[in-house]
Amino acid sequence: MTAASLPPVAPSRVFTAILLRDLTVARRELPYFLVRTALQPILFVVVFGFLLPKMGMIPHGYVTTMLPGVVALSLTLSAIQSVALPMMQDFGFTKEIEDRLLSPVPIYLVAVEKVASGVLQGIVSALFVLPVARLIMGPIPGLSFGNAPLLLAVTILGGAAFSAMGLYLGTGIAPQQIGLMFSVILAPMIMFGCTYYPWAGLSHVPVMKWLVLINPLVYVSEGMRAALTPTQPHMPIALILVALVILIALFMWLGLKAFDKRAMS
Amino acid sequence: MNAIETRALRKVYPAPAVKKRRGAPAPPAPPSSGIVAIDSLDLAVPDGEFFGVLGPNGAGKTTLIGILTTRVRITSGEAVVAGANVMAQPADVRRRIGVVPQRPNPDRSLSVIENLVFHATYFGISRADATRRGHELLERLGIADKATAKVDQLSGGQQQRLMIARALTHDPRVIFLDEPTVGLDPQARLSLWEILRELHAQGRTIVMSTHYMEEADQLCDRLAIIDQGKLLALDTPAALKAQAPGDTVVEVTFDADASAAADIARAMDGVSKAEARGPLLRVFSKRGGELIPALIDAGEAQGRVVRDIHLSRPSLETLFITLTGRKLT
Repeated sequence: MTAASLPPVAPSRVFTAILLRDLTVARRELPYFLVRTALQPILFVVVFGFLLPKMGMIPHGYVTTMLPGVVALSLTLSAIQSVALPMMQDFGFTKEIEDRLLSPVPIYLVAVEKVASGVLQGIVSALFVLPVARLIMGPIPGLSFGNAPLLLAVTILGGAAFSAMGLYLGTGIAPQQIGLMFSVILAPMIMFGCTYYPWAGLSHVPVMKWLVLINPLVYVSEGMRAALTPTQPHMPIALILVALVILIALFMWLGLKAFDKRAMS
Repeated sequence: MNAIETRALRKVYPAPAVKKRRGAPAPPAPPSSGIVAIDSLDLAVPDGEFFGVLGPNGAGKTTLIGILTTRVRITSGEAVVAGANVMAQPADVRRRIGVVPQRPNPDRSLSVIENLVFHATYFGISRADATRRGHELLERLGIADKATAKVDQLSGGQQQRLMIARALTHDPRVIFLDEPTVGLDPQARLSLWEILRELHAQGRTIVMSTHYMEEADQLCDRLAIIDQGKLLALDTPAALKAQAPGDTVVEVTFDADASAAADIARAMDGVSKAEARGPLLRVFSKRGGELIPALIDAGEAQGRVVRDIHLSRPSLETLFITLTGRKLT
């Protein structure tokens, strides 16, 4: 047998194999994963969706506003972390990603695979938080699963936008700055992401209403609102979808560039 | 057919960016040309050869292996590995090579056997075949009892074996090893040598970088001596040793500058060359170690005190010193 006679391998097969590796590892770490990504949304649900309404400080109807935001938050938090954290680790001291970079596919596919795995992990987290939130908050007026195609589209596009953002953050930021990433990028993004209030509500503070449009989370929250609680005020669906596609393109471009810089010298 | 061919290969790393600090004077501008790691390198390694790349730290060995394994971009020139161009067809190259890194980098989220099975599936091998082959490889490399262990539970030598097993899962024809024995204890090193000899006997091409003379001498069919990215010599270990000057290299380190002692040494009978590098006096002697007392006297006559004495018999090492002016380690 000569070297050249080794049969070629279909890139899709390699892609699937690497994805399977990520899902195997993710399945093993599921409890930690859920704590990392679902605990914060669930704590908010306990306080704002259960305690405060019980005390009469917030009308119970607030849970309708809040539920889509909480689902959006768990989707995006887990998508971003599922990519950014392993990237920081893999390109750090251990260089563990090397065995995948040596697989017989163009290296950008290794990055795209990470984003795909981030989307899947985001979906798992959202699917976990939704019933838990319903359990804690009780009946949610206006909740509907009637628009499943839109729900699916927002979930996949939102997950992809934030996984791609995780790719960029994970490869573009030095591991020492990971704490900074959480406090400077994630915390403001969560607070100004229209997760706990609808975008329309910001009409009372017009400056904010326009400022928050640079926040990618806004489109996922509003998208979830349009899909899960369509009677609530929400952004036009077309605007949401277009914004998400633009965000995916932007973060994929930045992320692939940063990934390539780390992977090849 | 050649397993590896490079033509006028050159790699220049961009000069590191110098950050300006407020208040501090601007540092001198770095040379715009960057750092040359590989310089006009032409190599041809025939199929089935055990090829050694010998050089001190920083010689460009790791960069060369990085280029040949598609992990470092070429600045100019060309490299063809196992019939595929590393820049134009990197995926084809990767399909046909196995790489053992300088520092073991197993997938720490997976067990030992999973490291092999998953890696094999990245090359399109079915899970069943990969599992069977993985166990075979662990058996052959003597770590079968560790199959289900976490990789953190392996010793350094065992991790290195796991890396070799991983490099072999997809049955590559060319295997690259970047200083595989660094950090291994003598016993682990010898057993690694055995494994490498066996792989070579199977007809695989092996490219190994090292800075250990003995290792290169014992294992390699041919050796390239490189320093500062340039090829200095290329031949069989025996032919290279024959090229070594017939002199013993005597090095005497004094407490201060040795140039006056070198002048005296040059006039001595049986000295073919003498040089001073700071406090180091290096003498190429035709009379072996016999000159040592006279060299010590020469230094002490100048008021110097001897700190260290080292003697190297004619070998790859003395050839290396002659070629590069430095020692390997």
